[in-house]
Amino acid sequence: SITGACQAIQKLTRVRVVDNSALGNTPYHRPPKCIHVYNKTGVGKVGDKILLAIKGEKKKALIVGHKMPGPPMTPRFDSNNVVLIEDNGNPIGTRIKTPIPYILRQREGEFSKVLAIARNFV
Amino acid sequence: SYRISSDGEPAKFQPPPKPVIIDKQKQKGERRFLSPEFIPPRGRTDPLKFYIERKDMIQRRKVFNIPEFYVGHVLAVTTADPCANDKVNRFVGICIQRGGKGLGATFVLRNVIEDQGVEICYELYNPRIQAIEVLKLEKRLDDNLMYLRDALPEYSTFDVNMKPVSHLDHEEIPVNKLQVRMKPKPWSKRWERPKYNIKGIKFELPEKKMKAAQKWSQPWLEFDMLREYDTSKIEEKIWKEVSEELKK
Repeated sequence: SITGACQAIQKLTRVRVVDNSALGNTPYHRPPKCIHVYNKTGVGKVGDKILLAIKGEKKKALIVGHKMPGPPMTPRFDSNNVVLIEDNGNPIGTRIKTPIPYILRQREGEFSKVLAIARNFV
Repeated sequence: SYRISSDGEPAKFQPPPKPVIIDKQKQKGERRFLSPEFIPPRGRTDPLKFYIERKDMIQRRKVFNIPEFYVGHVLAVTTADPCANDKVNRFVGICIQRGGKGLGATFVLRNVIEDQGVEICYELYNPRIQAIEVLKLEKRLDDNLMYLRDALPEYSTFDVNMKPVSHLDHEEIPVNKLQVRMKPKPWSKRWERPKYNIKGIKFELPEKKMKAAQKWSQPWLEFDMLREYDTSKIEEKIWKEVSEELKK
């Protein structure tokens, strides 16, 4: 049996990689799972960095959308979306087709490179 | 043309009868619509609180037009957003739920963009909202379309650049009797159970499962007198108050 889909992102949540990187898109017999959230609380919201376990490797990622309803006037996505990232903040993929919330624009300094490859905003 | 009467003299000219113009707008009468957030919830709070809230709501409605809309309408909402380019953010979606009372009234719009389902909960009286346009006027069989999350994505996709469908003021809002097909189970909620009372899904489940779901029915609930809340008189009063204030 499968556990009911988690709302916000914490340890052991299965996550969906949204960019077009090779690591995120090649099929593997286990879905990518979160193993650590870089946050005081262990709960990851939009704009938090997490550690993912993909294809037997550890990779950092940025949360761009989750199933949990947030503050009003912010979008709520139907899947927990994540963008693969290096330690210095450079995204691994080159394009992000799925819509990204505008709130990430507030922290333009940290996420400028990720926002540059994003196509749609919500 | 001439007519010869029995005396042999031409008859007096009779002008043709005037055409009778039936003005359908006046005939049908004005459609009364009171937004559901004006109706106060049942409770022991002082009605003064709701009166003051209603004054504020009317004040906002005078400045900004909130159109009449129901669950199932396709709306386009433009909000002011400091983080967006052009500082303006436009979202198109189907209204799946209207909740909250008073100034905190909300409505949830859903759309599927690039195979990703997105829902945004907007507050009706939030000053950041700059425009609400109704693109398609259409009621559905249910008050709450939350089951669209578990339905096939084609039922929630709406074109972002769709043109508003024209609708005449005096006509009734059409009810779309669409029966939606669902994704395979498991769903986020067990929609086949009678407590949700959903009529807009085409259940393709076996008969056994549908019968088993009826086990959770509570047929005594509709006869429970303590749960009754008759809003007809309250609505009349509030409708008079609100329409007078808005006409000023």
